[in-house]
Formats: sequence, C-alpha cells, structure tokens
Amino acid sequence: MANNTPKQKTMAANHKVGTFFATALFALISALIAFPLVCGLLGSFRDGQKVITTGMSLDLKSPVSLQNYQELFAMFSPDNFSDDVVVNSRSYFNWYKNSLVLTITTVVLTLLVCYFIAYGLSMYKFKLQGFLFFMVIATMSVPFEILMLPLYQEINTIGLINTNAGVFLPGLCAASTIFFFKQYMTSLPKELLDAARVDGCTEYGISVRIMMPITKPAFASMAILCAMGSWNNMLWPMLVFRDTSKFTLQIGLNTLLTPYGNNYNLLIAGSMFGIIPILVIYLIFNRYLVEGMTSGAVKG
Amino acid sequence: MKAKKILYSQKIAPYVFVLPFVLSLLIFWLYPLVSGIVMSFQEVSFGVTSWIGTANYQKLFRDSFFTTAVWNSVEYMALTLLLMVPIPMVLAVLMESRLTKARGVWKVIMYIPALTSVVISGLLFRLMFSEGENGQMNVIMHMLGQPSQAWLRARFTGWCALLLLCVWRWTGVNVLYYVSGLKSIDTSLYESGDIDGANAWQKFRYITLPLLKPTTVYVITISVFAGLSMFLESFMIWAGNNSPKNIGLTIVGYLYKRGIERNEMGYACAVGVVLMVIALVINFIQLVATGTFHIGKKKED
Repeated sequence: MANNTPKQKTMAANHKVGTFFATALFALISALIAFPLVCGLLGSFRDGQKVITTGMSLDLKSPVSLQNYQELFAMFSPDNFSDDVVVNSRSYFNWYKNSLVLTITTVVLTLLVCYFIAYGLSMYKFKLQGFLFFMVIATMSVPFEILMLPLYQEINTIGLINTNAGVFLPGLCAASTIFFFKQYMTSLPKELLDAARVDGCTEYGISVRIMMPITKPAFASMAILCAMGSWNNMLWPMLVFRDTSKFTLQIGLNTLLTPYGNNYNLLIAGSMFGIIPILVIYLIFNRYLVEGMTSGAVKG
Repeated sequence: MKAKKILYSQKIAPYVFVLPFVLSLLIFWLYPLVSGIVMSFQEVSFGVTSWIGTANYQKLFRDSFFTTAVWNSVEYMALTLLLMVPIPMVLAVLMESRLTKARGVWKVIMYIPALTSVVISGLLFRLMFSEGENGQMNVIMHMLGQPSQAWLRARFTGWCALLLLCVWRWTGVNVLYYVSGLKSIDTSLYESGDIDGANAWQKFRYITLPLLKPTTVYVITISVFAGLSMFLESFMIWAGNNSPKNIGLTIVGYLYKRGIERNEMGYACAVGVVLMVIALVINFIQLVATGTFHIGKKKED
C-alpha cells in the first residue's frame, strides 16, 4: 500500500502505534500470567524448608540447587538418601502412578461410552430421543457439589469406596462430552450409514467401523479435555479414596501442605513435576483442545 | 435367532446405544438428587436415620456460619462475573483485531494456568501472598516503600488473592471462548459497516456485542455455577477448610465441613438443597433476562 495522501499517512502511523500498544499489552499480560509459574519453578530449585517461612524468593543471587528434585527422585537411587526421604519419594511416585492409571482408564471408558450414547442420540429417530437429549442438558445444569454427599453415601453402600471405579463411574456419561460428540456427528452425512446398511453391515458394526474413524478429531478433542479434568480432579477423589496408598497425585500433594512445612521441598518440586504430563499433552494437541473447548460456547 | 434379529434392528439399536446413559442418569443422578432432598428432612448419623421434618432447614436459617457462607459464595460469584466477562471480551476483540502481533504465542501462554490443578495453583498463590518477608507480594510492597502485610489474614487482601487466583487461571480460557465467538461472526457485516461509515466503537456496539451474545450467555452460565460452588480455591489458599474469621467459608465448604468432617449428612444435604435452589433461581433469572429459552428449545430437536 503506497502512502500517497496525508490522510493515509496518518492512518498508517496510527496503525503502527496501535500495533505497538496492543502487542505490548499482550506481552505484559503474558508476563504477569507466567509470573507465578516462574516463581514456582525458581522456588523448586531453592531450599524447600525455607519456602514456608520466607515465601518463594525472587532473589536471583540466593543459592540454587537440585536438592529438592534429588529428594523427589530418591527412590530411584535409595542408597544415597535417608529412609524417610526414600519413603516420601516412593509415595509420591505411587500417587503419580495412581493418577496415570486413573486418568487413562477414565479417558478410554468415558470416550467410548459417550461416543455410543451420542451415536444413538444423533443417528436415529426414536420416541425418547428429545426427552433424553433434554436430560443430557439437565444434568449439566445441576452442579456436581450438590449430588456429592448422597453420591458418596451411595458409593459407600455399593462398596466402591477406595476404588478407581468409584471415582470414574458417576462421571462416565459426561454430559458435555455427549453433547460435543452429538454436535460433531450431526454435521456428518448420514448417506454413509445407508450405504453401509445396503452392504449388510449391522447397526453396531456401522457405529464402530464406519462412524468411529470419521469422528477421530472429536475423539482427540475430548480425550485432552477429559484427561485434563481427570488428572486435576480433586474434590470427588478426595472423598472416594481413603488409603494413602490409593491417593491420586493431587490429593497426595494436598496432604503435604501441612502447617509445619516439613515436606515443602517435596511439595514444591512435586507440584512442578506434576504439571508436566498435562503441559506436554497441551503443547502437542493444542489445536484439538481449542476446538473441543469452544464448541459449546459458539453453538450455544 | 429371532431375539438377535430384534436386537440388531434399526428400531431397537438406538435404545441399546443410549442404555448406559439411562442407567447412569437413574443411578448416579436421579437417585442421589432425590435421596439428597429426602435426607435433608432426616437426621442421619452412623446408619440410623429418623425423620425430623423441616428441623434442618429451621436450624439452617438461624445458623450464622451458613449465612456467612451464602454471602461469601454469592459475593464471589458476583465479583468473578464482573471480572471474567468484560475483560476477556475486550482482550479477545483486541487480540483478533489486526493490531496484535504474535497472537498464537499469547494465546498459548494465557491458557497455561488453566492446565494447573487447583492444588498447584493454590499453593503458588498461597506462597506468593505469604506473610514472610520474601513473599512476592511483600517484596512488591517493600519496593513501594510499604511494610509487609499479613495478606491472608484480612478479608480484603485475602479476597484479592482469591480473586486473582480465579482471574489468573480462567482469563485465558474465557478469551479463547470469545475468540472463537468472534471467528463465527461473518466479516461481511463489518464491511457493510465500513460502507455505512461506522466507526470502531459503533461496529463493536452494534455488530460485535450482539453477535457475541451466545458466547456471553455461555460464559456467564459457567461462571455462575463455578462461582457459586467454589470451594477448593479457598481450601487451598487457606490450607484447609478453616480461614480466619471464616472469610473464605463458602456454601460447598460448609457442606463439606458438616457432611464429611462432622458426619452430619442430613444437615449437610439441607445445605446442598439450598445451594441447588439458589443455582436454579439465578439460572432462571439469567435465562429470562437474556431471552435464551428459545435456545433451550432448539437443543431439544
């Protein structure tokens, strides 16, 4: 664009100033947002016992060491450490493993179950269809915290307390996941189904062999959201799990947050190490995450 | 053979597909919902239940802790609405304008706090607002020539920490909601706005704002629910369910305290029922105010 007239020149200048300020604003906001995490990361390389009394130091001159992380990983070289450090490290990685197992189970089962429910709701015309879809929305409009206590008693009665099933079963038919799959499938052509039927494919065969491959992107989006939710979930697992050995990472970390601050070196290093799985998934599958998250906001 | 044929027919198949949902709805939604309401009229302790009519509710409305909890939750919800709707909207408009460079980078960074669990983010904010001399907030106070503060002991400063935690974690998410809302707006509308000589403010006011309404309704709905049922943020910031003078006590915190810590299930269920009524009333007001009943109908078909 050639800047011929004075008006065009001032417009171009204004645009440049605007660009500078808008970009600077976002740089500033990003810096502020990164600040607590940077503090936490720096804090994890400082003396953990002091963190509780003095706060996380920003002083770049204060001594930096890998000691917190060495203690966190002590169980992999137990000879170099005292017993209680090794025991702490063992329970940390036990929680980590519990969280991984629970998250993977939850993601796989939730996705499969929700996929088939959404398939049933969107690929057929049947009597209860409208009502059932209304109920999907209705379950979304009751906060979980209201159901929490009766559900806790129920799980207790069935005997699922202290089990992974007790944690993931109540949330298996996640309304938002069903909703997303349904939105996604409604936009796909139904002619495929009829073609497959003509070829002699059964109803269930179609749902697995024809439809599932086409809905792969939806699976990716929901897998990330579900994994994040499950990895970071805390309130409900806190009620279901009673034994320290069954704890997930989040509950375990919470137990380290004692008023005495005797475990803070493990807590701060363990917290930072606990973000890694989700951060890695996020950085790899960023695109799918945004699609999955925002579908509800745009379509209403 | 015949049974198999029926099971595989197009008439029966949809019912087979939705069966898990029906079961889950009955077992893990309807049953706890009803039994929660029933228990709120009972005294439940160690397996022995007895009907006590509305005694739980009568006690509840005289309970000053409960009043504190309700006001804290409602106030938190109102303040988060004020912070988490307009600010993300303006940021999203700015981000999607041609002015901002490197927006992909900012989006990624702004979303990262939402990946952290409430335990980890709560811990970070607890340490930042620590009373110690080296807590970041106190370091900033020292730079401004002010003495150290016991941030989490006073209501105003404690709530600043609580609200900042919410803003920190969810601004990026709400910006993303608005960005995708903006992307769904037809650009030709802005072009016709240009032809009619509309300035930037008029284009925002008469094109962007009305067309962002579905996004705004969505963001308000999730903020209302999240705000009303906030508990763990306060639980982490004050390292447990007890805060000085109950400045961090919320409805769900009180429900947890009574139901889990003191094992008074009946009383705690009454707290839950009141929370549900508040949520439904606010939801209803919001639906009427925004005229979204037609969206609800659209979803049904």
